[in-house]
Order: sequence, then structure tokens, then C-alpha cells
Amino acid sequence: MTDPFFNEMYDQNGLRVPYRMLEGWYQNMPAEFRAVKQAEAEGLFRRYGITFAVYGEGGDPDRLIPFDMFPRVFAANEWRRLERGIKQRARALNAFLSDVYDRGEIIRAGRIPADLVYRNDAYEIAVAGFRPPLGVFSHIVGIDLVRTGADQFYVLEDNCRTPSGVSYMLENREVMMRMFPHLFQENRVAPVDGYARLLKRTLASVAPAKCDRDPCVVLLTPGHFNSAYYEHSFLADLMGIELVEGQDLFVDGDFCWMRTTEGPKKVDVIYRRIDDAYLDPLCFRPDSTLGVPGLMNVYRSGGVTICSAPGAGVADDKAIYTYVPEMIRFYLGEAPILENVPTWQCAKPDDLKYVQENIADLVVKEVHGSGGYGMLVGPKADKATIETFAAKLAANPSNYIAQPTLALSTCPTFVEEGIAPRHVDLRPYCLVGRDVELVPGGLTRVALTEGSLVVNSSQGGGVKDTWVIAEE
Amino acid sequence: MILTVYHKTSYDFASPVGGILQSHRLTPAKCEAQKIIEWQVDVPGAVMGEMFRDGAGDYIQTVSLRMPVTSIEVTVRGIVETTDTSGILRGHRERVPPRAYMRDTLRTEPNRAIRDLVDETLHGKQDAPELERAHLLAAAVAEALPYRPGATHAHTTAAEAMSEGAGVCQDHAQVLIACAHLADMPARYVSGYLNATEDGTPHEASHAWAEIYVAGLGWIGFDASNKCCPNEHYIRLGSGLDAEDAAPIRGLVLGGAAETLDVTVVIEAQQQ
Repeated sequence: MTDPFFNEMYDQNGLRVPYRMLEGWYQNMPAEFRAVKQAEAEGLFRRYGITFAVYGEGGDPDRLIPFDMFPRVFAANEWRRLERGIKQRARALNAFLSDVYDRGEIIRAGRIPADLVYRNDAYEIAVAGFRPPLGVFSHIVGIDLVRTGADQFYVLEDNCRTPSGVSYMLENREVMMRMFPHLFQENRVAPVDGYARLLKRTLASVAPAKCDRDPCVVLLTPGHFNSAYYEHSFLADLMGIELVEGQDLFVDGDFCWMRTTEGPKKVDVIYRRIDDAYLDPLCFRPDSTLGVPGLMNVYRSGGVTICSAPGAGVADDKAIYTYVPEMIRFYLGEAPILENVPTWQCAKPDDLKYVQENIADLVVKEVHGSGGYGMLVGPKADKATIETFAAKLAANPSNYIAQPTLALSTCPTFVEEGIAPRHVDLRPYCLVGRDVELVPGGLTRVALTEGSLVVNSSQGGGVKDTWVIAEE
Repeated sequence: MILTVYHKTSYDFASPVGGILQSHRLTPAKCEAQKIIEWQVDVPGAVMGEMFRDGAGDYIQTVSLRMPVTSIEVTVRGIVETTDTSGILRGHRERVPPRAYMRDTLRTEPNRAIRDLVDETLHGKQDAPELERAHLLAAAVAEALPYRPGATHAHTTAAEAMSEGAGVCQDHAQVLIACAHLADMPARYVSGYLNATEDGTPHEASHAWAEIYVAGLGWIGFDASNKCCPNEHYIRLGSGLDAEDAAPIRGLVLGGAAETLDVTVVIEAQQQ
């Protein structure tokens, strides 16, 4: 029987090219050496201070996210296609945001229902009609991808607000290079350490027109109790910019200022890692103490740029996701390079027919459901459950969508007994400013439990260094 | 009609505060119903930011005063020429798509009583024109909530006002917004001024009402408190999702202390 899951290292033809150099590496690694290296990696992460706290779990806030030393590898030609697809998607998402806060052409053209956009909670009335510098709304687009075959990638979701996790991409590489320097001498692994420089350049490129000097960029964090605080301080440090909290900034007249020991300093670009609702108590939630009172007025009168732009979240909503391929065709006039997970809208008679005929192989979800409630996982359900669900579906088809069960690819991972395949996903971080840029790599998350398809770090997932082998 | 406006808000603090930061929606925008002849907002000692228009077409201005003070005064003086357009908002430049005003806030979230009110009012009227349904809802809100100053306060929600069974213009507007949303019509809160001296009604000169979007006609004002649509006695300042969102002054005191607020609003019609 063939493995239903695509193994990124060994396929039906044996060892795949991108992993050629790694076979000898792990085969020649004595078990004791592995244990030593694993301990060394943990020590390094502790020293760097990279931890991941999970909201609401009440556990150790300084818990380390498990790191797996076995790299995940892409060949140059594989990456080229991914890169084109990711950049294309990031452009289309920004074009969509520019449009729905302006004339809404895609809605007038009947390609996306108006209510899906305008009644969406993430649609900010406060910025309707406002065009941010260069028309860019989402400056860092995190796109979650899964692989199901040698050439098959699917986008699971887009993150247009403030995607987190990029610090792991950088730290994983740093740790691997320290522990296994020879691997990087023998393999032409494309570097990712330019990310911070590119991020800063991207942020500086969207400084407001009123800024007539080298822009002052700051990173606005909700504070040390936030689960991603480590990442905030790490990125600010790498970019050489100030890490600030709301109370460090204030509005006076038409500008936003930072308190410094040498007096107030004008701020031009704010890379914010706090949600829209908390940005400004005079515009959004009046009880917010995390934001800067008056900030939205300064933003809307062109005194400061906020990245990502308030209101950017309307592009990464679950309901909008289905329409991203349509955005690519509408705004860019191109065929989508990366596919969405195929979704059948049971409200449509043809789709419903297909779903009813294939229900045992599909995942059927409520349109507005979340957290796995009201959902049928066909392949894992018994006959009675399927029948009950099929009756609910028939009674109210428009309440349901269906998707195939995705066979996530696997990558070799160190386990007790040696190495074994474990399921992985990928989150690359695309930067959008004057240019659209992507460092070769991203964050690979791995489901450490055998057979598990859940890669979330809050559910015991781990991370891996992600390699792109440079061109010959 | 020529209306003159004098609107003074004084803040007096028990002990010095570090200053204030405010976002003003205190300058009316031109539309067919109103032409601004003179308008001036003064806050002695404050830095006045550059005024800009937001997507809803309202003039917004940031006002900051960053020094210890024991009192602050915001004074608005203006002259506006008004015309009766039967409540229809025409010639108002705005960018927000009407369907964005279908969302409820904590203040306009309907409760059972509001749902029942809409069901009863629109029973058998599903096919009536939107304009007629909007009028029916406004009349129903006026009837359900007799005008009674003091029955509610600044933070009362639509649902709370319904439970109270009485309210002021703010409550009428918020309940009507909730009703319109249930009837699938976009609706929003409008703050402004009312020249109420003429017919002797006691309603506040600093006033509020609701606007309901009717396909084909656009935004139309409904003042349930006065059982009418805004006419030449009204000056429209700005809009929002609810009373807080549309407030003429949104602000905070830096390093707050106990404050005494005093508001004077005088609206008068000039003899022509």
C-alpha cells in the first residue's frame, strides 16, 4: 500500500533531490550525539529568550516551543513557484483592500457580495475613503500553506493583520547554523537573515508624504504580557528601532510623538502589534489603555503611517478567503498560481449534489462555525453519524460548505526511535511596501504526535528550520 | 432660515490636570439642507490640529492641550443658512458604503422588546415601500418611548431604554437604529443642533436623531423625539454607529481629576 501522504524526503522514486545532502547527516549521527545536540538547541533557545506563551492556558509562560533539528527543504525550482504565488496573493489582497475602502469595484462588478465585505466586523468605517501611503494596507502578509504532492500546494488561510512567528524563522536558522555549521558549508542554503533589513526598508518606504527626513519607525507592542512580546522586542532590536507601548507615544496637534530622554521625537511609521480595536480610545474602544489617544486622527490626516493599516483584517476573514482567487483574476488579470482549498458551497445545487454523493470523503462545516463545532469529518465518521449529518445538510443546505480532507505532506522528524515522518505546514512572510519581497524560507510548523494533522504551537506543535537550496 | 449657534462646554477640575486630548466633530459640513456662513471653534491655550474630512463626510479635528490646567473651555460660534429638504440628506460628500451601517454596537444591540416592536409594527407590511416602513418604525419608537428627561443617562443602551420605557433623543435614535437594522435597512446616529424655541417644545438644543438609508432616496433623517423629519430648524454635525461614535466631542483628560461639566447651547433664528 502506498502512503497516502506525500513524504517530502522519500517519494516513490526514493530520496528526493533537495534532501540529498541530509541523508548521510542523520544516518551517521550517533544517538548520544543527537541527545547532546537537542539539549544544546534547547539551551540556545533559552539563552535567546525565545518562548511562546499561550493565551488562556495558564501554563508556564516561558515554555519553549519544541524545535526539531531536521530541516525542511525546498529546491530552488519549487521555491520559485511558491514565491511567485505568494507575491501574487499578497498583491491581490492589497488591491482588494485598496478597492473596498475606495470605490468597491469588485463589489459593483458583482464578484463579491457587498454584505460579506461591508457588514464584516473587520471592515472599518473610520478609514473608508482613506488611502494609506502607496495604497498599501497589509505590509506583512503571512500565508499559511500546506502541501499534498510534489507540485500541489494549497493556501489554508491568509493573515493580513499582524502575523506572528517570524522570529522563529530567524532563530531556527541561527540555532542550526551554530550547531551544524558544516551543513551550511556543504549545502547552498539561501540566507533568511536579511528579513529584518527588508522589513525595516518596507516600513520606511510607506512613511507619510509629510515626512521629509529619514523616517522614524517604531514597533508598538501591547506589552510584556502579550504572548508574542518576545517577538516584538526581538524584531525591534534587529531593526534597530524603538520598542514602545501606548504610553510611550502621544498625540499633539497633527503628529504623533515618542517620549525620549532628549525630549519628544516625531514618529513617522508605527509597526503595530496590537489590534484595531485597541489602537485609539477616541476612535475605537474607549476603554483601551494599550493604544494612543488621537492616533487615528493623525493617521487619517497623513501625519503617521500605521502598519498594517487599520481595517486590513477584512481581507483575511474566513468568509472572504473563498474569493481570493477571484481577486487575483479581477485585479491582476492573472490565473492564481496557488490554489485555495477547494470549497463546495452547498447553497449551490451542483455543489450540494457533489457533496451529498461524496460526503464520506469530505469535511462538511457550518458556514459561520468555528472551533470544530457542527462539523462532519467524513473519513472518520461512522455510518450513523454520516446519515444524521446528511439529513441536517438536506434540510438547510445553505448553512454548509464542504472541503476535501487534506493529506498534509510529511517531513522526517527526530522522534524517540530515530526519525519518522510527521505532518508539516508552512508560513512564509511576504513584505509589501514600495516593493513586494519575500525572503527564501518561512516558518515550518510540525505536528509532533504521530498521525496528527494539528501543527498549532498551542496544541503541542513544533517548529523546524526551513531551507531553500540556492540556484546552482 | 438663518440659525446662529452658541455652544460652550466648560470643564472645571477640582485640582490641576495634565491637559486634555479631544477629537472634535463640531463643524458642520455643507449639504443641500445647510450652508455654513460662519463657523468657529475655540479652545483657549490648545493646539488645534488640521481639520480633515472622514469617510462619512464629517469634519474632524484633533485638539490637544498639554499643560496643567484647572479649567478648559470649548466654544463654538456659527451661523448657518438652512433649508427644509424633508429630512433627505442631499449634496453631502461621503465615502462610506451604506451597507456598512448595518452593524450593531453594544448601544444599538436589540433585545426582545425591540424585536417585538419591529415585528408588531411591520406586521403585514413586508411589501410596503422602505420609506413607509421607516416612517412606521420612527412613529412606533416615539410611541414606545415617551420623552422623559432623566429617565436614562449618557451610557444607556437601546435595550436598556426599552426596558425603561422612556428616554431622550439619544435613546430614540439608538432604538430606531436597532429597529431599522432588524428591518434590513442601514441606519446611523446623527448629532447636531435644534432650534426648538419656536414651538415651545422642551427638547434639547444639542440634539440627536437617526438617519435611515432608503434605496433610491439615500439617507433620510428621522427625529422620533419630535415625530418629524429634520427640517430648517436642524443643523447636522456628524454621524456614527451610535451616540458615542457620533459624539461631537470625544476626549479624555490627562491625569484625570474630579470634573464639573457645564454645557450651554443657544440656537436662535435670525430675523430675515
